Amino acid sequence: MAFDPDNYGLRLFVRYLVLCLIALIFIFPLVFMINSSFKPDNQLLADTSSLRAFVPVGDISLNNYFGAFRRAPVGLFVLNSVLVTGATVLLSLLICSLAAFSFAFLRWKGRDVVFSIVIATLIIPFETIAIPLLLLVSKLPWIGLEGLQWGWLNTYRVQIIPWIADGLTIFLFVQYFKGLPGELIEAGRVEGASWWQVYYRIVMPLSGPVLATAAILKFLVMYNQYLWPLIVVQQETYRPVMVGLGYFFQLNVAWGEVMAYLTLITVPVLIFYLFLQRAFIASIASTGVKG
Amino acid sequence: MNLTKHLAGVMIASACLCVPALAQTKLTMWYHGAGNEVESRILNQIISDFNTSQSDWTVSIESFPEKSYNDSVAAAALAGNLPDILDVDGPIMPNWAWAGYLQPLPIDESEFADFLPGTKGVWDGKLYSVGLWDAAVALFARQSTLDELGLRTPTVDKPWSSEEFMAALDAAKASGKYEFALDLGMNDQAEWYSYAFSPFLQSFGGDIVDRSTYRTAEGALNGEAAQAFGKWWQSLFTGGYAPGTSEDPADQQTGFINGKFAFQWNGNWRAVETMKAVDDVVFLPAPDFGAGNKIGAGSWQFGVSAKSKYPEGAAEFIKFAAQDKYLAAFSDGIGLIPPTPSAAQMTKNYKDGGPLAMFFDLSKAQALVRPVTPGYVVQAKVFTKALADIANGADVADTLDAAVDEIDADIESNGGYGHQ
Repeated sequence: MAFDPDNYGLRLFVRYLVLCLIALIFIFPLVFMINSSFKPDNQLLADTSSLRAFVPVGDISLNNYFGAFRRAPVGLFVLNSVLVTGATVLLSLLICSLAAFSFAFLRWKGRDVVFSIVIATLIIPFETIAIPLLLLVSKLPWIGLEGLQWGWLNTYRVQIIPWIADGLTIFLFVQYFKGLPGELIEAGRVEGASWWQVYYRIVMPLSGPVLATAAILKFLVMYNQYLWPLIVVQQETYRPVMVGLGYFFQLNVAWGEVMAYLTLITVPVLIFYLFLQRAFIASIASTGVKG
Repeated sequence: MNLTKHLAGVMIASACLCVPALAQTKLTMWYHGAGNEVESRILNQIISDFNTSQSDWTVSIESFPEKSYNDSVAAAALAGNLPDILDVDGPIMPNWAWAGYLQPLPIDESEFADFLPGTKGVWDGKLYSVGLWDAAVALFARQSTLDELGLRTPTVDKPWSSEEFMAALDAAKASGKYEFALDLGMNDQAEWYSYAFSPFLQSFGGDIVDRSTYRTAEGALNGEAAQAFGKWWQSLFTGGYAPGTSEDPADQQTGFINGKFAFQWNGNWRAVETMKAVDDVVFLPAPDFGAGNKIGAGSWQFGVSAKSKYPEGAAEFIKFAAQDKYLAAFSDGIGLIPPTPSAAQMTKNYKDGGPLAMFFDLSKAQALVRPVTPGYVVQAKVFTKALADIANGADVADTLDAAVDEIDADIESNGGYGHQ
């Protein structure tokens, strides 16, 4: 039977077949990770040479999960990451959207120059500023319940504050704000609304997609933080999940426990993404940003 | 009135009871073993015993993941946030001493006279650190394999020569029973290469750097002996004796046990697990390639941070932890070599006739610490890259010359690392 390009059903079948194959390639690592988390080390390592690695067969148990919780304070690490990530995402959405609002709608001297500088920060890798930033935060003052203290090391704030504002998030908001109908803003101003009222009564209610995009991108950056907490946190109490992964790499690596830990720390990310998936895709399509 | 007197009495009694606790000065300690339940349990016991054994000091520990520990220490040193007691990997110690992270131990070296050489961190003539265990590498084999292939069982006094070793690999390869004759653990390109493979180079008569001056690698890493080593090293892979750098990471844990390899070059930290799985496993000494048989030495050790205001307290703790009963507890717990003969006799594996006593003898007879220089940190990385490149087919002479140039340039740019 020859291939008929006009056969809609066949074309649809081929298209979905290709899409399913591509989806499988992306899903395989997750399937491997979750299946391996239930297998003892010997079986896990033996299965890597066959398709058994992707199916829950053999000696299946929750022992690796119990082992992971014995080896490391998994709950504490997840809680720390969720706390740091959540606080940073919320503060980032507020601060960056305000900055972007200023760049998009207000007229002030030097605005374009400042915006160019903000955009220029996108090309500076974090690794190049990590050490100067470390020296800075290790000497900064803080007034808290215990009075004036010097140095931010071993705190939550040192993991949150330096990451609130960033060029990419501001750029995303600016691009999105510029796409909003100018008439709405003008109408608001003509009706006597202050710029602050325009921000939170008109602009922000229309910014759901970009808020979701910025939140997801910031969430991924923060949840996957490794280098920064590694150098500014020396106490287990404040360690996030990615630094905690190191607990599982001893001379004899417990691979099953590694997979169990990875499964545990991946679940919050998947839930967060699935929750905001539609808005994320809509915003990516509207801002033209590609990951 | 009675109530008032009663309360006053309780307060006075409480104050008296609190005096010893208040008098204790707090010492902070960092350790690389986060996630290692056995190590943590033993170390916490030592700390608890120390804190209750005297009234001057109290030690509190903070554990770090091993893979990122050195980076955490370097960052803390920059920020001026180091603890009193630092855990340091033996070959890294000179670098930390030179960089100003450590101060010499205020303990006479004679107090550790019976410790294995690899457990004492000496640089620039001063003792900086002491280890509670050592590690050793050996050639894992099955007695049945040796018998089937008609091979002599080598001993510490009479190890295999280069010819005997290659003949053993040839025999294993020719038997057709194994996927490869030898597992070297080639996937692990961290400290393993310099720890496990530089002793081969030293047995050929070469070295990573010229130890007479520590100012150059010229001649040591690219001389005739090093060239011969490089060609032999490359032949292991071109000859199909061992898998190359893309070796399966699981091989070091399961390859020998599952019969994929006839021989395995591995550390004593894998010995206990291997003994459980392989009834007739034997641990053979390193072959002698002409300049004596060598293995690496030096594991994690304790030192005192340069910023510590209480070096005498930190030294007290290190001396306390170095008691035989704790050395034996660590050995029984994690399978590594106790540093003293008396502690070895208290262990189940390393006492005379014990299943791993061989490793204690190996450490005494063959151990050679890695180059004792602050530049080792860079030299180890250069050496690792050179060996990986040669294994992947790079020209031996060119690769070793390039490695020498890189090491010499680093020494030069660091003003010789303090070596005159």
